[in-house]
Amino acid sequence: MPTFFEKKQLVIPGDLLAEGEYIAGDNTYKEDNRIYASRIGLANCTHKKVSIVALKAFYFPKVADIIIGTVKEVGFSGWTVNINSPYIALLRASDVLNRSFKPQNDELSQVLTAGDLIVAKIASFDRYHDPQLTVGEPGLGKITRGQILNITPTKIPRVIGRQGSMINNIKKATNCQIILGKNGVILVTGKDPKDEEIAIAAINKIEKESHTSGLTDRITQFLNDEKQK
Amino acid sequence: MSSLLTRVKLQQIKKAIEEGKRLDQRNLNEYRAFSIEQGAIEKAEGSARVKLGKTEVLVGIKVEVGTPYADTPNNGVMTVNAELVPLASSTFEPGPPGDEAIELSRIVDRGIRESEAIDTEKLCIIPGKKVFVVFVDIYVLNHDGNLIDASAMAAVSALMNTKMHNYEIVDEEVIIKQGYTPLPMNDFPITVTLGKIVDKLFIDPGLEEEEVMDSRLSIAFTGKGEICAMQKGGSGYFTAEQLKEAMSLAQSTAESQRKKLKW
Amino acid sequence: MNEKPKKLINTKGLRLDGRKPNELRSVKIDVGILPNADGSAYIEHGKNKILAGAFGPREMHPKHLQQADRMVLRCRYHMAPFSVPERKSPAPSRRENELSKVIRDALLPAVFIENYPRTGVDVFIEVLQADGGTRCASITAASLALADAGIPMRDLVVACAAGKVDNKIALDLMDIEDKIGTADVPVAYMPNLNAITLLQMDGKLSLKEFENAVEIATGGCKQIYEIQKEALKKKYEIIEQEEEVE
Repeated sequence: MPTFFEKKQLVIPGDLLAEGEYIAGDNTYKEDNRIYASRIGLANCTHKKVSIVALKAFYFPKVADIIIGTVKEVGFSGWTVNINSPYIALLRASDVLNRSFKPQNDELSQVLTAGDLIVAKIASFDRYHDPQLTVGEPGLGKITRGQILNITPTKIPRVIGRQGSMINNIKKATNCQIILGKNGVILVTGKDPKDEEIAIAAINKIEKESHTSGLTDRITQFLNDEKQK
Repeated sequence: MSSLLTRVKLQQIKKAIEEGKRLDQRNLNEYRAFSIEQGAIEKAEGSARVKLGKTEVLVGIKVEVGTPYADTPNNGVMTVNAELVPLASSTFEPGPPGDEAIELSRIVDRGIRESEAIDTEKLCIIPGKKVFVVFVDIYVLNHDGNLIDASAMAAVSALMNTKMHNYEIVDEEVIIKQGYTPLPMNDFPITVTLGKIVDKLFIDPGLEEEEVMDSRLSIAFTGKGEICAMQKGGSGYFTAEQLKEAMSLAQSTAESQRKKLKW
Repeated sequence: MNEKPKKLINTKGLRLDGRKPNELRSVKIDVGILPNADGSAYIEHGKNKILAGAFGPREMHPKHLQQADRMVLRCRYHMAPFSVPERKSPAPSRRENELSKVIRDALLPAVFIENYPRTGVDVFIEVLQADGGTRCASITAASLALADAGIPMRDLVVACAAGKVDNKIALDLMDIEDKIGTADVPVAYMPNLNAITLLQMDGKLSLKEFENAVEIATGGCKQIYEIQKEALKKKYEIIEQEEEVE
């Protein structure tokens, strides 16, 4: 029952990864007792489970994920929201208004309009229905300040770092508030646009060098250098 | 997945321009860096690929034997066509050229035509019957703003690189022979586009700036610095003073571009 | 304009461009070259120059084309007006429409369409210069564009043709061989799964010749696959090299 890769080896779709009693994990598939890669990424095997950390993937919604989206259209009883995913999400008016929606009184576009940014949680999603969002929790809702950037969603964990070490480093060094959407959209808000730029540059650096070692040290160094400029 | 150009971002671009700055750190009168590769398509009679920032345009030239227009029996023919191919932007749809592509091709056409860049008399084979037809096909490969200037630059570069088949006339028939002659050129027009937000003018709008700007002005200049074609675009307007300012800004930009291009 | 050569294979057994009958043209591939596409690839296969860009998966438009149980894959094969000796009208021809369909059918078996119901993926292929075998080179590039977009796939798809010129079975016909030769068999192939996903043929071949043609065409596919694989890895490997420098 062999595996055909070294730990963290770069593999591409179709590469044979293992044969025998293995379980197909993320970004792999099983056919005739063989496990193959289905995405480009770094292969891994733990407890007989073969999986790949994808280097390129799009966001597939999951219930309870916190995401950042852009309002696409104002509809009749709510909004459609672009969440950087193959599926357009829905936000119901009643969820935002916190009461039932009255078409004769409520002008939805005054609450949220096309192009507005929101932080929201995926409330429901399945194969047959588009994701539904909720903003009815502290910290969720409309964003009015700051800058956003997009990274490959699979690299969000790297930006967070071990027990939040990476992201806390950036927050502390730049005095910025940072919200990481699971969909790869990141909001950076600081007192000074220059601080925001440094934070964004640091996050871009993490995305580019995401699977190299010693990254935490290099980011700390980078933040120090940038601040002294 | 479509771009997440948010209102927050649009406001930032607008605010920066009003303060005389740009989000990509350029000055208002600063062009993006560009590069030109001529002859990229060996099978075409002429070709050039231009990169302007991340905007990328490929122009291919075909030269074929055809008939002249009735009112210009002694002149060859030039036609310009533009394709906004869908792989260049998620906003481009497959299908016949839309308004944007047609306007683009006509702006480039006028800059070349009105500067009399091509010596069309030399394209005449048999007066009234046979002339060379020069097809200028603009292929936008990546859209990152200011397709007009990039396309005009690529079109002129491709024409400079164009060769025509040698021929002889036997019994009123055109027989193509071995060898080529360069396309006869008289002028090398340069087109400069600027955008306007409120009362601020800026050169070479990027894609995001295009989404915010009120209006646009494209001006083509001949080698002598004369104006030979112009087009205003966008839903906004120019006051007479702004127009004056725009003209002088465009002219000085065209001069510095001409130095860089060595045209 | 050009005189048609009488012989496509000379007395030394070499073709017009100096290749042996079973020899491939040179193939060069770059992945991830279109900034606005979700995935992209550029291939130079002989004198063919082709760009492929993938967009999606995204909300499927128009909505009535959505499939409740799977993703819809759309392909558009299109030739630039200046890609061929005589200018081609930019409006899609019947040939281009057919090729769009067979290319789609060649890619579909590789894609996990069932995982993403109601979505759509568009693959746009632009032939910038054509010299025979564009459909095969397009498939090779398009499958890379899909993989580069992060769309889950069973395998890459790679394609190559074989045909018959001067009464000999030859690999990877260029334009003039395709036009004067007596048969052409384009084949697309998933190398790890050993599965053929495109097969066309025109001309006349005996059954034995056909089998031989398919065999050498898949052999060509395997050679191109090595280049295809390296091109895809190259885009993602750059980062690992940076690590060594630091």
